[in-house]
Amino acid sequence: MNEHNPALRHDPELAHVLPLRTYLGVFALLLVLTGVTTGIAYIDLGVLNTPIALSIASVKALSVILVFMHVKFSGKLVWLFVIGGFAWLLILFSFSLSDYYTRSVISGWGG
Amino acid sequence: MQPETAAQHDPTLAHHFESHRQQHEASLVGMWAFLAQEVMFFGGMFLAYTVYRHLHPEAFVVGSLTLDPVYGTINTAVLIVSSLTMALAVRSAQLGRGKQAALWIGGTALAAGIFLVIKGVEYSHKYHDGLIPNFAWHPSETSAPSLEIFYSFYFVLTGTHALHMIVGVALMAVVAIRALRGRYGPSNYIGVEVLGLYWHFVDLVWIFLFPLFYLLGRHLG
Amino acid sequence: MTTVDQPAPARVREDNYLTAGYGWKSWFLTVDHKRIGILYLLSLTGFFFVGGLFAVLLRLELLTPEGDLFQSETYNKLFTMHGIFMIFFFLVPSIPTTLGNFFLPLQLGARDLAFPKLNLLSWYIFLAGGAFTIYAMLSGGVDTGWTFYTPYSSTYANSHVIAAALGIFVTGFSSILTGVNFIATIHKMRAPGLTWFRLPLFVWSLYATSLIMVLGTPVLATSILLVFIERAFGIGIFDPARGGDPILFQHLFWFYSHPAVYIMILPGMGVVSEVVSCFSRKRIFGYRIVAISSLAIALLGFLVWGHHMFVSGQSIYAGMAFSLLSMLIALPSAVKVFAWSATLYKGSVSFETPMLYALGFIGLFTIGGLTGIFVATLGFDVHVHDTYFIIAHFHFIMVGGMVMAFLGGLHFYWPKMFGRRYPEGIAKVCSVVVFVGFNLTFLPQFLLGYLGMPRRYHAYPEEFQVLNVLSTAGASILGVGFLIPMLYLLWSLKFGAKSYGNAWNAKGMEWELAATPPIAHNFTEVPTWTDEAHDYSKLTPTTEETPSHAT
Repeated sequence: MNEHNPALRHDPELAHVLPLRTYLGVFALLLVLTGVTTGIAYIDLGVLNTPIALSIASVKALSVILVFMHVKFSGKLVWLFVIGGFAWLLILFSFSLSDYYTRSVISGWGG
Repeated sequence: MQPETAAQHDPTLAHHFESHRQQHEASLVGMWAFLAQEVMFFGGMFLAYTVYRHLHPEAFVVGSLTLDPVYGTINTAVLIVSSLTMALAVRSAQLGRGKQAALWIGGTALAAGIFLVIKGVEYSHKYHDGLIPNFAWHPSETSAPSLEIFYSFYFVLTGTHALHMIVGVALMAVVAIRALRGRYGPSNYIGVEVLGLYWHFVDLVWIFLFPLFYLLGRHLG
Repeated sequence: MTTVDQPAPARVREDNYLTAGYGWKSWFLTVDHKRIGILYLLSLTGFFFVGGLFAVLLRLELLTPEGDLFQSETYNKLFTMHGIFMIFFFLVPSIPTTLGNFFLPLQLGARDLAFPKLNLLSWYIFLAGGAFTIYAMLSGGVDTGWTFYTPYSSTYANSHVIAAALGIFVTGFSSILTGVNFIATIHKMRAPGLTWFRLPLFVWSLYATSLIMVLGTPVLATSILLVFIERAFGIGIFDPARGGDPILFQHLFWFYSHPAVYIMILPGMGVVSEVVSCFSRKRIFGYRIVAISSLAIALLGFLVWGHHMFVSGQSIYAGMAFSLLSMLIALPSAVKVFAWSATLYKGSVSFETPMLYALGFIGLFTIGGLTGIFVATLGFDVHVHDTYFIIAHFHFIMVGGMVMAFLGGLHFYWPKMFGRRYPEGIAKVCSVVVFVGFNLTFLPQFLLGYLGMPRRYHAYPEEFQVLNVLSTAGASILGVGFLIPMLYLLWSLKFGAKSYGNAWNAKGMEWELAATPPIAHNFTEVPTWTDEAHDYSKLTPTTEETPSHAT
């Protein structure tokens, strides 16, 4: 077993070291998107303001998840956990909101 | 008792693991499972926010206009910086550079401190403006009767987020000390990686908190 | 010392996990998953009897139609504390933290769980939560029902909601950390050769349970935290007068609390699979489908919580969707019942105590589950919601199912855990006593509910008295049936016949490779394992007389 062969215990393949400029690039992107989202917030785009703000936030989140949290370079199991976590959040949101968005339909209970 | 062989005396490999790879992967899986539950924990509160925004849209518009976007944007930037320094700390640990890793962790803690100070300043402003539910509630803005709900969630969410940051800073101290003692290396950096994952998650929560509270009503202001 | 394999000499008992260290520090600071399992077993037994005490008191009140034993406020506290202790401090942790903690690493061929120190922390967190709740109980109790519905719990209740809420919040973390530990262990610490579809079905059930623990419990934490904040800081979160929606609490609460019932039953199903397989000397019929059913139950369990809210004011469309989805959950559960039945068919069946409990489980769980379809039906549930029909439904599953599985598992694994046999004759009798007592307690409650007796009332119309008296009589028999096993199991630790090898000639690494009781680190060398799960055609020959190969 492994403990009898010291050479097998340490694993030089374990660390996937990303170049410095990858981190700096994502960092710059995050800062730019922050400025953009604050700026756009002042412009009246009607119903689009919210989806745009959330989309920008999602892009920022994806960058953090894929690069800073190394998910892009991780195995299938990590992907499963990330997707699973957000899928479950989706279940919580969609089923609960299905109650609120359909309450007024029948008896005018209102929101 | 388990027989002790020379090969087992490696202090960076826990006794119940067969290899560094197993230790690494098990810890990674464990941390991601933990983060999945954090997603659900904050998610529950985001759901509550969404429901109340749906039920009281005017309160949420008015509420967001009473928050200061300058502080909010600065704090967002500060947290992004902290994420960068944390990612660089992990990278240093991967390269076996313990002192460098500890320095980057220190930078992360510093950024966290700045964030919390700014948050504290914001909270004290809310106190002076009478916008703290139940404790100091006398809003000058009376057009939105359910404004209290907006502020309840503002404090609950940012407060819980801040608590998570404080825990993160405490963990940073532990990991930084271990890094200085040369504990981490190319096959044993998972301790720093796991801290990094936690910290990036804290950043992720704020990435959504910021627009949801500070920005969404701004175009109507 | 070398690691060369040597057969253990016949009479020499080498150090096992029980003898590897004495004194309170070796137990209270242990990181050995087996000792932690025993610590949990002790604390859980304590909480079970506290919850049971409350059940005794409320069944005593219900002997007579008038509310003459307790005031209504006190009665409210009785059923609340009964529910809280039984659900959060007994049922949810039960099998996972005791048998799961003890046997998961053994069944995987691992030396411990992935995070041994986290495991110990989980136990201490569990105790801390228990302490808050006991404090709530001793300072006068909580009267909101274990469901903590707002705005009563958040605004109007005059009882110790904050302490109880804190207790449950804290205990939730114990659950989450156990789930995290199990998930990491199952993914990454399986012995070489042990592929997913060779895992014992107990492991599959623990995995599915852990997924629910990790994904569901945090939302309970959110709901309880918000109630706590509203009460402690006077902030209006669920207060309708200040714009709050009480039903939001119910969404958050039941998002966890429905999947929680699957946390409670899945490990029991896992134990039943192990026991039925062993005492039929056969692989479980449809092994793969049963394994996948566990995952299906975990997944579907998250999609149905609104069936607790049919009459709450929730949208009727949401109600219909939840009703339809709730029917689906019956499918994987039924698949398991069919699989167990098919395993018994033409099996070499024997009726030792664990098997008696397992058979009881199959029958009673089926009845409980079938009545679940009744209450999943929106139209029917509108009439029986908040009646004794619901109470009977869930007690059939939780007591008739889960508690019997727990007792069966305890008896099954007892010789392996302690190297001692319990007295089989008394044990068999007690299992029958439990079965009879249980049915007498809860069958009348189906009728009571159908006839209209509401739950959570200390007084009722006279025409319901006969059924209530029968129920209370059954409860006293059930109590005896629970008490006696505690006594003879304890007795067996000192005076029971010794068990050295494979007490039941059961299949699995925990039975065939690990010593009895296991050594501190389970295996001197991590084994390789390529046998199919529960493959009784390939059994390592060990008998009770010769000590097992202590590898």
